[in-house]
Amino acid sequence: MFRVVKKDELTHKKEIMIRISAVILALIFVAIVMTIVGYNALEIFSNIIKGSLSSKYRIVETINKTIPLTVLSLGVAIAFKMKFWNIGAEGQFYMGAFGATFVALNFSYLPSPVVLTLMFIAGAICGGLWALIPALLKTKFETSETLVTLMLNYIAIKWISYLQYGPWKDPNGIGFPKIATFEKSAVLPKVFGIHCGFIIALVLVVLVHILLTKTKLGYEISVLGESQTTAKYAGMNVVKIIIIAILLSGAMAGIAGMMQCSAIEQTLNDKLSGGLGFTAVITTWLANLSAPLILVVSFLFALLLQGGAFLQSAMQIPASVAEVIQGIIIFFVLASEFFIRYKIVRVHKVEKGAK
Amino acid sequence: MCNDSYVRFSNITKVFGPVKANDNVSFDVKKGEIHALLGENGSGKSTLVSILSGIYTADSGQIFVNGKEVVFSSPKDAIDAGIGMVHQHFKLVEVLTAKENIVAGSKIGFFIKGKELSNKITEISEKYGLAVSPDKKIYNMSVGEKQNVEILKMLYRGAEVLILDEPTAVLTPQETKVLFSILRKMKEKGCAIIIITHKLNEVMEISDRVTVLNKGVCIGTVDTKDACIKQLTEMMVGRSINLDLERAETEITKDPMLEVKNISYNDALGFSILKNVSFDLHGGEILGVAGIAGSGQKELCEIIAGVLCAKSGEVLFKGENINGLSPRTIAKKGIGMSFIPEDRLGMGLVAGKSIVDNVMLKSYHRNKGIFVDREKGRKLAEQIVKDFDVSTPSVNHIVKKLSGGNIQKVLLGREVGLDPEILITAYPVRGLDIGASYNIYDILNREKRKGIGILFIGEDLDVLLQLSDRLMIIHDGEVMGIVDPRTTTKEQVGLMMLGKNIEEVL
Repeated sequence: MFRVVKKDELTHKKEIMIRISAVILALIFVAIVMTIVGYNALEIFSNIIKGSLSSKYRIVETINKTIPLTVLSLGVAIAFKMKFWNIGAEGQFYMGAFGATFVALNFSYLPSPVVLTLMFIAGAICGGLWALIPALLKTKFETSETLVTLMLNYIAIKWISYLQYGPWKDPNGIGFPKIATFEKSAVLPKVFGIHCGFIIALVLVVLVHILLTKTKLGYEISVLGESQTTAKYAGMNVVKIIIIAILLSGAMAGIAGMMQCSAIEQTLNDKLSGGLGFTAVITTWLANLSAPLILVVSFLFALLLQGGAFLQSAMQIPASVAEVIQGIIIFFVLASEFFIRYKIVRVHKVEKGAK
Repeated sequence: MCNDSYVRFSNITKVFGPVKANDNVSFDVKKGEIHALLGENGSGKSTLVSILSGIYTADSGQIFVNGKEVVFSSPKDAIDAGIGMVHQHFKLVEVLTAKENIVAGSKIGFFIKGKELSNKITEISEKYGLAVSPDKKIYNMSVGEKQNVEILKMLYRGAEVLILDEPTAVLTPQETKVLFSILRKMKEKGCAIIIITHKLNEVMEISDRVTVLNKGVCIGTVDTKDACIKQLTEMMVGRSINLDLERAETEITKDPMLEVKNISYNDALGFSILKNVSFDLHGGEILGVAGIAGSGQKELCEIIAGVLCAKSGEVLFKGENINGLSPRTIAKKGIGMSFIPEDRLGMGLVAGKSIVDNVMLKSYHRNKGIFVDREKGRKLAEQIVKDFDVSTPSVNHIVKKLSGGNIQKVLLGREVGLDPEILITAYPVRGLDIGASYNIYDILNREKRKGIGILFIGEDLDVLLQLSDRLMIIHDGEVMGIVDPRTTTKEQVGLMMLGKNIEEVL
């Protein structure tokens, strides 16, 4: 007979060791599955690395995927720190892109820095306001933010589809349902061959890290996340804190959307995110809500995504293999949380052979 | 071992991480005896009975029931072996009747044979003098009745050994008397009863033998008739301790610091929790509040502290109405009010954060700018750890990982450190051991000497009567009266707690 027993408190180091070994075990498991299905696992792994890091073009592509994922995760982390389960980063991303595109389509005659600044602000505001809806509903009516943020994702995506097929359809698109490509002035410039969003992302990582660990607001967010009763007892204005934190959370996603439509697609369409807003929930969780770790985890996930795309062309293996790997890693890491807290011991039955 | 030992623990050891909750504990309980298990909080009493009732499994050691070794892997195994446990927090389904609660979980076939069952329940309740109406819903019952249902549930399932975990903690003196007479009847019928408590006078009153635990180790078993309170305390604490409480003599301010005028409060469902409560609190006095748990004490404290807002009435601090103001607004007005809530980890502290982050909770906002000053917090935390003798590996230790006494010291240290003019404390010693409790009483007396007005919500009537300058009794949200504790007896207070007016009692 086995029994689940609570473990001693682990040191931080040991906890990280357990999480890392979970990832390694996951990769071994992936290898076994691949072998059974009839692929050479080593070849798949080496192709993922090759596809994401072996040439300058591929590295740039990987970084291009890291940027939105990092910024989205930062937004999710702010909300999660407050135990506000915002899984609506995807929708906030699209609304941010929508705001930015509105500026790009209407004001591109202005000088480029002005256009880009306006796009940035519009993206942040639209993303933030979209996130504000579930926050207000929660503070007023105690609705579940998980459900509301999730459902608002689909509304946001459909809103973009509507614009793309309707009012914003490019008249010069020969009947093709697309929004006009941005003017040069609305495209983020490149630095070292990578669009300058990577600088914005790095700055945001630092800012969010400071926000969460050093500021009064960060302190209030974390107290509120632990216990709303304590926050009230301490005299904090709970509603105000929730609203500010969620505005920031949504603004991050909105900024990610702005950068993606400006720098990568140079237009807006309803495939802009490719599900990054959902992936961000996972990266945030794996990074333990820590801003610096988010950067690392987002890079590793971008590597998987980029490598997966390469698998498709190089080995005729569907790119979804990368998603399978992601899924298995998440599964193992979540399971490892159990082993951080508990251990399983054998208990001997003595009833029969009593001494 | 004696032949008539009914339950015997032999070298029981149970380890939780770094803590040895039970270290080689051996003792036995006889048929037809009431055996008290005495020890401070964290001495391993609850762990030991949890092992006996099948909630935990011992790491080593054996349990014998009727001379046969048993191993329980679930509470069901234990009850099958005739061992029943009545938990401190009742495990009853509020919306069901007593009868339904009693049969829930036992194998009785698909249908509940209502009448047969009622008969059987009545039979048991008459046998032991347990007053239980089988068809009454739990939520309509008083605490004492609920406890009876719990006991009956165990008896119905055939318990011969009954374990009671601090059964008197929630009872009035009158209800306690009733419980004790039930226990004596059960003893006469041959049941073995293990009663956990840290109230020494109850041990002397009810038990036949006492086993004392200290830090997981069994100090010894003595016959109650040969023991005295002083000796038991020494065994329990490991050193001699002065159990006399002093009532500090102080100058009381002429004008009241705090006046509560006719406040009423309804909860979210519209139930009336406080009805027209009025009293005043002067500087330099301790106003004790006695009442059955849940009589509105929590809401009263929270209204004064600004966490809740009274429906009607006024809370005057030096003449200024502060009802409806948030705790932050009250603090910003320069009103020094400290509040030690009943729910320490859920309200007073942030359980998952460090001591530093916790001591900053009320003062972090005084800092200018957008940053928190953790350096200041660290210094404050170190000061509190030193002044209040908090035992912790470091000030960065997570609060919920501290022991109950140390958690309370952190909270008390922060609140007293704010230099308040009034201090509201709800059950400040709940869950603390004797040593820690007396520490807290000393701190309250010290603060009182500084001229602070203290509202002290308590549960131990002996302490309330010894410590308070005046004692207010509330029942079901109403003030029954304010008495002079020097001239009032415990029984009189008990009657008022049950809803008798001061005129009827004195």
